[in-house]
Amino acid sequence: MTDLISPSSQLKGRKSAETRFQWYGRGAIFVSLLFLVVMVGSILTKGVGAFGTTNVAIEVDLGPDAIDPANPADARFEKIVKDALKTQFPEAKKRKDRRMIYGLLSNDMGFELERFVEANPEAIGGTATVWFRASDDFDAVAKGAVDRSLPEDERRMSDKEIAWIDQLTEQGAVERTFNWSFFTNGDSREPELAGILSALMGSALTLLVCFCISFPVAILAAIYLEEFAPKNRFSDLIEVNINNLAAVPSIVFGLLGLSMFLNTFGMPRSSPLVGGLVLSLMTLPTIIIAARASLRAVPPSIREAALGMGASPVQATFHHVAPLALPGILTGTIVGMAQALGETAPLLMIGMVAFIVDVPDSILEPATALPVQIFLWADAPERAFVEKTSAAIIVLLLFLVTMNIIAILLRRKFEKRF
Amino acid sequence: MATVDTNTPHDALDLVNSQRKKGVEFVVMAILILCSLVAVLVTVGIVLSLIFEAYRFFERIPMTEFLFGTQWSPQTALRADQVAAEGAFGAVPLITGTLLISFIAMCVATPLGLMSAIYLSEYASKRFRDFVKPALEILAGIPTVVYGFFAALTVAPLLRSGGESVGLNVSSESALAAGLIMGMMIIPLISSLSDDVINSVPQAMRDASLGLGATHSETIRKVVLPSAIPGVAGALLLAASRAIGETMIVVMAAGLAANLTANPLEAVTTITAQIVALLTGDQEFDSAKTLSAFALGLLLFVVTLCLNIIALRIVRKYQEQYD
Repeated sequence: MTDLISPSSQLKGRKSAETRFQWYGRGAIFVSLLFLVVMVGSILTKGVGAFGTTNVAIEVDLGPDAIDPANPADARFEKIVKDALKTQFPEAKKRKDRRMIYGLLSNDMGFELERFVEANPEAIGGTATVWFRASDDFDAVAKGAVDRSLPEDERRMSDKEIAWIDQLTEQGAVERTFNWSFFTNGDSREPELAGILSALMGSALTLLVCFCISFPVAILAAIYLEEFAPKNRFSDLIEVNINNLAAVPSIVFGLLGLSMFLNTFGMPRSSPLVGGLVLSLMTLPTIIIAARASLRAVPPSIREAALGMGASPVQATFHHVAPLALPGILTGTIVGMAQALGETAPLLMIGMVAFIVDVPDSILEPATALPVQIFLWADAPERAFVEKTSAAIIVLLLFLVTMNIIAILLRRKFEKRF
Repeated sequence: MATVDTNTPHDALDLVNSQRKKGVEFVVMAILILCSLVAVLVTVGIVLSLIFEAYRFFERIPMTEFLFGTQWSPQTALRADQVAAEGAFGAVPLITGTLLISFIAMCVATPLGLMSAIYLSEYASKRFRDFVKPALEILAGIPTVVYGFFAALTVAPLLRSGGESVGLNVSSESALAAGLIMGMMIIPLISSLSDDVINSVPQAMRDASLGLGATHSETIRKVVLPSAIPGVAGALLLAASRAIGETMIVVMAAGLAANLTANPLEAVTTITAQIVALLTGDQEFDSAKTLSAFALGLLLFVVTLCLNIIALRIVRKYQEQYD
């Protein structure tokens, strides 16, 4: 730069510095996007398997020895299934082997047979082929997730078990179906039975509470700050406050919820009510900031025309300005709700980490939320839960993508240029 | 609004109507002000509840021990005569752990975020920008629990086996894994804020530099960036405060071992991870152990609030300069 008279000696270096600089920029973007692709890709590939499930057909004896036709509900269904397994694999004599063959099916096998008998009472008295859900380890083998070339003691399944599974597969007694129970079951200690319905319901209830509180409060606050607030220190204070609140770590809101809503007001622990309250305080600044921006975008001519026709300032705002700003406010609200849906830390603080099997049906019952369920499953020791966790993440991401697409479409459809 | 003449009965009715209207408007106004006060109330609630619970903690454990002690092993005594019945509550290892992980995160995110922002605002074509900017923003929309899962189950084992192959002993809950992933998480924050700042540098300054014969990158390095420095600094401070307060990634990937170390390959713990560990599943509320979580929360709140206030002030001041 300094020697302008004979630049040719430096020009080459400067030009290559220019090229290098541009490549740094491209590299930075590439690395960031690559990371995004790798992370989402690895979760997708890990989680896809959990949307399928393995079923095994076992011929069970429902003869009079096993089930009393007069009183079928009293039968010991689990024993019937275990007996059927013993007949299927007569070579399993030792106690250890027996345990292994029982372990091929899920722990729910007794209930599954009971349901089958209830649905097909005519099967009582004879033999019937019933489809049972395979255990998580069986499922892993059927999916090809178990590396057979590994030495036996490094695998979860022994050679014997794999041989049995192969035998069943050859008989055509193994099928893979879509795992509906992942969407219809609550949480479970058994990976093959665990589902996300209770967590989804918990999330829905929490978001409902969150929406009902933060949406009206945020709109009204935004209207006041944008349309009516006088320019004084008090308004400044509120404004600085909102901006700072938006940057407070989410876990601090959880501490507030714990000490205020739970300990001081005595609200029910682990409930969607408290969860929703805490999340609404968190999303409030997001929605207020978005709502103010879209109120600001409404041209003053609308306001002046309304005032000129004799409307009061409140009428001008509520009848004319706010409706025009509504699409923008809704977009901001959806973005805020999406943020609330993905939030985990504050919910841990107010005890929404419980092991919830039942689907909550009111905002006062203990519940958990989808991201918290992901956190819980990520901690579970069983290998199969890794797959479940990834699948739950896929569901969560699908919800978030849908919400964001709705927000974008809403903005496109109603965006008005004045 | 309108002036009212009370001479005729019809006008008198109007007056009644307009007074009723005023009454309604008064109520509406009151509701509006109340709603905007909610934000202030939340802040007051946070401060009061944190201070109140932290005060109860400092009644048992002196504040100096909390701030300067180097031992962190909170535990509730099983017997009254147990050794170290109250546990040790020195927050220094937690603070250094938090700073270490945040530092790693900033080391990852600052160059990547800043270079992305520079490229997007100075070089990229409109089409490229319209595609890449939302794609980067996806990173900000992914819940942190997903990052935590990825860090703990994919990145940490990868670092561990990678370290083993070159003879390094990497802890399975290393600060490096948590910091790397946290850095990825805050890239969009830095890039979008710096993008705004760089865009608000007046074009005339660029034109003047280019007109004097500087190349595009020289203009960026010697003219655009120096004048954008305060805004970029604000963006970095906001990102740092985000990193310090981030919870799920460290809870899942950084673990709970309170080591006082600067080695990124070892396990460290953070303020947020400890708050979660202290308060999940623990029902009794009067022990120093649970109360210490609020002291940590107060520390976290004060630190992030200071960073935010400084950052927001810098950003705002800078915006006014060129407006």
